[in-house]
Amino acid sequence: MTQTPRKHDPDAQANLDKRTLEHYEMLAAEADKNLDRLEAQAPLKDITLEDVLKRRGLSRRDFLKMSAVTTATLGLPSMFDLRVARAQEVATRLPVIWQELQSCTGNSMALIRNTNPGVDELILDLISLEYAEVLMAPSGHQADAVLEEAIERYDGQYIAVFEGSVPVGDDGNFLTIGPDGHTGMRIVEHVATHAAAVITAGTCAAYGGIPAARPNPTTALGVGDFLGQRGISKPVVNLPGCPVSSTNVTGTILEYAMFGRLPSLDAFNRPLWAYSDRIHDKCERRGHFDAGEFVEGWTDIQGLKDGLCLYKVGCKGPMAFNNCGVVRFNDGASWPIMAGHGCIGCSEPGFWDTLTPFEQPLAGRVYSTPFGTDADADTIGTVVLGAAAAGVAIHAGATAIKSAQEQRQGKQKEQ
Amino acid sequence: MAAKHVIDPITRIEGHLRIEIEVGDTGTVEEAASSSTAFRGFESIMRGRDPKDVGLFAQRICGVCTYHHFERGVEATESAYGVTIPPNARMLRNLIWAAQLVNDHTTHFYQLHSMDWFDVVSALDADPQAATDIALQYHDKPYNASVSHYRAVAERLLAFVQSGQLGPFAGGYWGHPKYRLSPEENLIVASHYLDNLAIQRLSAKASAIFGGKNPHPQSLIVGGITSARDALDAHRIAEYQFLMAKSADFVERAYLPDMALIGDRYREEALAGEGGGLGNYMSFGALSLDERPWENRAFFLQPGLITERDMSTVQTIDPMRIGEEVAHSWYTYEGGEESLHPLDGQTNPAYTGFGEDGTLQTEGSYSWIKAPRYDGMPVEVGPLARMLIAYAGGNESVRTIMDDYTSQLGVPFEFWYSTVGRTVARGLETKIVADYVPTMIGNLTSSVSNGDDRFFNRFDAKDGSGWAMAEAPRGSLSHWLTVQGGSVSNYQAIVPSTWNASPKDGREQMGAYESALVGQPMSDPTQPLEVVRTIHSFDPCLACAVHILNRDGEEIAHHEVEV
Repeated sequence: MTQTPRKHDPDAQANLDKRTLEHYEMLAAEADKNLDRLEAQAPLKDITLEDVLKRRGLSRRDFLKMSAVTTATLGLPSMFDLRVARAQEVATRLPVIWQELQSCTGNSMALIRNTNPGVDELILDLISLEYAEVLMAPSGHQADAVLEEAIERYDGQYIAVFEGSVPVGDDGNFLTIGPDGHTGMRIVEHVATHAAAVITAGTCAAYGGIPAARPNPTTALGVGDFLGQRGISKPVVNLPGCPVSSTNVTGTILEYAMFGRLPSLDAFNRPLWAYSDRIHDKCERRGHFDAGEFVEGWTDIQGLKDGLCLYKVGCKGPMAFNNCGVVRFNDGASWPIMAGHGCIGCSEPGFWDTLTPFEQPLAGRVYSTPFGTDADADTIGTVVLGAAAAGVAIHAGATAIKSAQEQRQGKQKEQ
Repeated sequence: MAAKHVIDPITRIEGHLRIEIEVGDTGTVEEAASSSTAFRGFESIMRGRDPKDVGLFAQRICGVCTYHHFERGVEATESAYGVTIPPNARMLRNLIWAAQLVNDHTTHFYQLHSMDWFDVVSALDADPQAATDIALQYHDKPYNASVSHYRAVAERLLAFVQSGQLGPFAGGYWGHPKYRLSPEENLIVASHYLDNLAIQRLSAKASAIFGGKNPHPQSLIVGGITSARDALDAHRIAEYQFLMAKSADFVERAYLPDMALIGDRYREEALAGEGGGLGNYMSFGALSLDERPWENRAFFLQPGLITERDMSTVQTIDPMRIGEEVAHSWYTYEGGEESLHPLDGQTNPAYTGFGEDGTLQTEGSYSWIKAPRYDGMPVEVGPLARMLIAYAGGNESVRTIMDDYTSQLGVPFEFWYSTVGRTVARGLETKIVADYVPTMIGNLTSSVSNGDDRFFNRFDAKDGSGWAMAEAPRGSLSHWLTVQGGSVSNYQAIVPSTWNASPKDGREQMGAYESALVGQPMSDPTQPLEVVRTIHSFDPCLACAVHILNRDGEEIAHHEVEV
């Protein structure tokens, strides 16, 4: 659950057109079927939702309200509120294995700092976290045994969450884990093969991230690409971000509990409910962009004080897709743009190479179509003044970049 | 004959660590080897980048020490460009640093380390009334200590255990003879373990107010900081203050009493010197009090070096005496040098794998970590080192809190030279820093209310070398940078866990972990609680430790592998 404001009017359902309504009804029926199935399964934990709520000092009514917020975050109409609530009740039946690879542990740390559910509720009351190196008590052989037992016991049922990239260079020797010194490659194959579905938490696991940045010294791959190369067919949901927004992890797990299948994904396997909007589209400083009011440089203290648009100091918000501006980070405390720093596009594949230098606007390269091939931020600023159409043009530019990336991605997949 | 035991993965740490010990007939560790088993090639990735981006790249070295690599990377470029930041920027960076330290230390102790000291299964037998009485012995207003609260915690743990789904508690060393707390004492610490799962979010949130997010804050820029609007907003400052005050309250009423309890129950281990290790301690200084270059700067906790536990002298650190060796690491130096200064650093991977029996080849190379040495000497870094150096340097608040602790416990100063001492020193340091936060906030508010609205100083980008040295929660962190033709030509980071987790050097001197493990009596080597406890007392952060820079990025693709 998140504390995001509702995106939809509660009565919006009434305004849904007939086809959309039919679609949602079909989805709802699917959810009901899956929830019935999960509910019929033996619970992994002998804890009822009532116990959980009591401990958290919540009434059933509070719980439903929070479920409604989650429903909205997931981009579903309010007819799903009760189903989201049910999904949280049966999520204890979902075993999760969290495996770190070439990672910095930042994604685990993000999860630990999630609010509603907090990590205590998450690991003690909600999901059944079978293996997570950063939190678990045992080390060595005992830790290894816990992993193997979980894989065997929940064969084909657990969600495998990976954090970090898979190095395949040097036969995988750049990463070995466990008493037998298995390579990361072997561990991913093993853990993913027996999983019901794979979730990648963070940009490294999703697309290779920083280890895969030029010159990619260890030949690091994202987990999805690695599984594809190995011919292992598993549904993969990518939750990029550096680190991942913890809301996107908990939301995806709840959605999986609800529908028994993965959410609708974009071309990069990102859930549409979290990654369909450009940072730029939901940015709190968007009005300043439309008005042509920019922080002109870091000496522009007045611009920073006034919270003007950060495009000219390198913000990549128009090229990045994520819900940061809506859910923010750390219990809604802030997000980079609120702190006066441009977005670095950290959920985009290859951003370490394609969106750097971070403080340099991509204007010349990106916005070539509408403003001429050498247009820079100043040109855009000039044109923007009084030209509401510029926003549309920016989007056209970003879309062009995105489709170019998709083409590249497609080519890589073909190889 | 000695039997070899492998402990991999060491869990509840950042990154991938393998420890091997050889236990002799007397049940004592005779040999220990520390190995990092993951490599990402960070420094070659940095090569050719815009020096202004270095902080954001370096930050991804670690998601736990997340802020510190960011700050050091930005400072390294500032040093190369010769830019001095304005006071407001320094004060904001310090506020993020302090929030990160409180977050790091509390999360480390409760989430990553406490299960080495308390037995969660034993806690189920506790009497909540007796637990309340005990808690009152260690503080007059103990945190969340009541019969009803302890009963609820016990029930929650019991439900968890009875479900058979132990989650993170599965497979622990429960019932191990080296657990010393009574059921009631175990329940008290277990209760704080759960409390801190929620409390740690507050200090992370505080750091995000001026950092934009956590992990991986994003508000520092070369020359200053971007979060000027937050710093000029009284509500934001108050929010920071409030969150830190709640965190400090937990430190005062839960963390410190737990340190007193653990020191009390584990005093025998401490006084036997278990886990004492090298006895050489180093610090690069914590919390800058001015903006001058490092050599001339004043710090809240001073830099320095203590050798062989000689508390009478704090030696001055000379950055030019730092060198890294690779005799037992999976790298080679082109010229076969024994040691290289980080500004001349090289990183040429040369993986030789494990021996035929599947264990580390300790006579050869056995880790992705290099062996950094100060003046050829292995040193320990971290909170204990900082506290000892500040103590020896005459820091009054540090002397008071350490002396009060040992006198209340009735133990000599040697208490500190142990695994227990290392863990307790971290707790006391958290208190020292948390107590300093209100002063830091006062400095910032008086600066901005006096009309200083400078958050950034202009600079000219230029070629040259630069470096940044300061303390991260886990210890001494330095970043070294060379700029050529406007982009990064060499980057090297020597991080706390490189110092502590290092393998042996060319003169067969052990690193801090290894040295702390040798001589450790083991009650059962197949249940290596003692080893895990000592390793955790250093707060390992392994992704950090394996960084590596390469002057010639291409070589990585052509290195020879002998497996």
